[in-house]
Amino acid sequence: MNFIKRWLFTTNHKDIGTLYLFLSLTMFFIAGAFAMLIRAELLRPGALLFNPEFYNQLVTMHGLIMIFGAIMPAFVGLANWMIPLMIGAPDMALPRLNNWSFWILPFAFGIMLSTFFMQGSAPNFGWTMYAPLSTTYGPKSTDFLIVSIHLLGVSSILGAINIIATILNLRTPGMTLMKMPLFVWSWLITSFLLIAVMPVLAGVVTMMLFDRNFGTSFFTAAGGGDPVLYQHLFWFFGHPEVYIMILPGFGIISEIIPTFARKKLFGYTFMVAAIASIAFLSFVVWAHHMFTTGMTLSAQLFFMYTTMLIAVPTGIKVFNWVATMYKGALTFETPMLFAVAFVILFSIGGFSGLMLAIVPADYQYQDTYFVVAHFHYVLVSGALFSIMAGVYYWLPKWTGHYYNETLGKIHFWLTAIFMNVTFFPMHFLGLAGMPRRIPDYALQFTDFNFIASIGAFVLGFAQLIFLYNIFSCIWGGKTAPVCAWEGAQGLEWTVPSGLDHA
Amino acid sequence: MSNNNYFVPHSTRWPMVGCLALFFMAIGLVNILHGEHWGPYILLAGIILLTIMLFGWFGTVIDEGLQGLHSPLMDKSYRWGMVWFIVSEIAFFGIFFMALFYIRMFVVPELGGHWGYPETHTVLWPEFKSAWPLLVTPNPAAFPSIKEVIPVFGIPALNTFLLLSSAVAVTWSHWGLLKNRRSQMLMGLILTIVLGLIFLSCQAFEYGEAYRQYNLTLKSGVYGTTFFMLTGFHALHVTVGLMMLSVVLVRCIKGHFLPEHHFAFEAVSWYWHFVDVVWLFLFVLVYWL
Repeated sequence: MNFIKRWLFTTNHKDIGTLYLFLSLTMFFIAGAFAMLIRAELLRPGALLFNPEFYNQLVTMHGLIMIFGAIMPAFVGLANWMIPLMIGAPDMALPRLNNWSFWILPFAFGIMLSTFFMQGSAPNFGWTMYAPLSTTYGPKSTDFLIVSIHLLGVSSILGAINIIATILNLRTPGMTLMKMPLFVWSWLITSFLLIAVMPVLAGVVTMMLFDRNFGTSFFTAAGGGDPVLYQHLFWFFGHPEVYIMILPGFGIISEIIPTFARKKLFGYTFMVAAIASIAFLSFVVWAHHMFTTGMTLSAQLFFMYTTMLIAVPTGIKVFNWVATMYKGALTFETPMLFAVAFVILFSIGGFSGLMLAIVPADYQYQDTYFVVAHFHYVLVSGALFSIMAGVYYWLPKWTGHYYNETLGKIHFWLTAIFMNVTFFPMHFLGLAGMPRRIPDYALQFTDFNFIASIGAFVLGFAQLIFLYNIFSCIWGGKTAPVCAWEGAQGLEWTVPSGLDHA
Repeated sequence: MSNNNYFVPHSTRWPMVGCLALFFMAIGLVNILHGEHWGPYILLAGIILLTIMLFGWFGTVIDEGLQGLHSPLMDKSYRWGMVWFIVSEIAFFGIFFMALFYIRMFVVPELGGHWGYPETHTVLWPEFKSAWPLLVTPNPAAFPSIKEVIPVFGIPALNTFLLLSSAVAVTWSHWGLLKNRRSQMLMGLILTIVLGLIFLSCQAFEYGEAYRQYNLTLKSGVYGTTFFMLTGFHALHVTVGLMMLSVVLVRCIKGHFLPEHHFAFEAVSWYWHFVDVVWLFLFVLVYWL
């Protein structure tokens, strides 16, 4: 009973951070299992395992759960755990609200996952929920998806308000804004993005709910609306959303690389400015997701140039990470391995993003596996690698024990190698014209799909090592001192480790 | 730690009540939409839980404030919290205004053949004429035509006057609080609430007129859609604002607020001004132009 009370009613930022991280881990394995099923179906051409309808549901839920269930809660969990420690705050600014932000999530995902067992089955139109697939043609369970997204929105907005209030108000005396660790900076800016765009998503799905149930015509041309309006509004949320999933990752990498290079971060001010300008630009690039919807040429050019402009601040960041490592006393523990892999592989994802930004080229790439390859490079080897780097980096702080370094390295190499085996062939598939979101494909795509599926299986099972390593670190392992890493700076390494409510 | 005077509660059960409330409300709403007879009961259970949660949670915080647990630092956290909450509300209304803008500027002209690809007009509904307010939809069989729209210099203009006056009243009341003039504070607040209630009644009357006289409904194409969604969400926010003002009135009567310590009063007045500004945009962009 005390155990339940402790976790259900807690106001402690460490407890809530832990809850977020465990939720994220659970969702990661659920959505990962969907990915395994998807790759199993695509192992060979032909209908292998299930019908196309179920395939579409898996694709939809894999996307939604990975984005809202695995990546975002992991970053919020890291923020909860680390920001108060890094800025010397007693807790989050609004501790009760913090509990609410977390506990809404299990209810929301309960509703979302239960759609699989409903009459007419789960939503099947992709995580982007385009009208009219979701309005006129969506299954009945779409309404449940909509309300679960409302709940996710409430949770994210309240969480972001809390993080901003903490950072702006509870910094220890002497820690001016420009002395804050970069992870804190990245979260300050990410919170702005969340507060600006989660209401937009809530508004869009509300319009969807009304179009479905109350006869409104936002997305119906017969009433004077437009399905393309849905895409504009969705991507006005969606593009800042993808930066919400990467900016905290930038912050984590900017903490880890200086530690293992035993050097100060190169160009701190520029790193802050780069995050800020990426965040700003994220609001003026949304229509690059829609080049083939029949926009005017001038609009296409505008969105092409603004999109390419993002390469400048991103380039600054990559350059500064490399410059931090240059002539450093480098060691390669697991967090550093993930961080270095992040810098290299995220850059590949960035380059394919630049290719997609070019309007005439995008006409060819649109809706092919090239897009799938691109966003998995930025989300798996970007967002996910940064989370894993962060987890290995701060596990000694959270548990008071070191994780098993050998297993960590095995986990890293399997993940890094098979991530590429899975997703690199998808570039070729896309360039050769294989469309996204199909359960079957033409025979010339067989070999690369086979390689990708094998890669995905190994990548998936390698994550069990991660799981084992985390739990064995919680239950025991070599005791870690207060400052677990030789080169680590920052206030979090001056306070006692473990879950104790200090 | 550096902030020894920052009060951190040990544990709380209100957020869990809030989660159950939201869960029941969400499930209840969808089941009503799907025509399940037990939907309304679940929704009602959710609303009751939400009410319990609001009273319990805010009650606890008010008690703590009265015990003097709220340091100036915590007061500032609350202020930041409220500011960013209002920013998120601005974003929510912003997206509906963006939809209105896009529909008026691009979608309706394109359907009428005045902009974009001429094929959209000639192939889909060649008879359709673009206009705003859009009285006749492209497919009047599916989305019936509107007879007339609400005349701007009738109830909407009156409502503008009412809300602007109520904003003045709430500020006047705040001055009363700051200068320790109790009757001015109470009078101003009561006046604010009364003006808000008259506003809501006018709005309800106007909706009735729209449905009965003008055939202006949610289902009458994109004009009705944007009209009711924008003004409807605004009216919802006015309702919430009135509830908040009523709580603050009760607290004023109980003498909870001091000239130097009255965050709740200020937060509610910020919210009320926000609702007011949204209305001005509605008046110009939805009713007038």
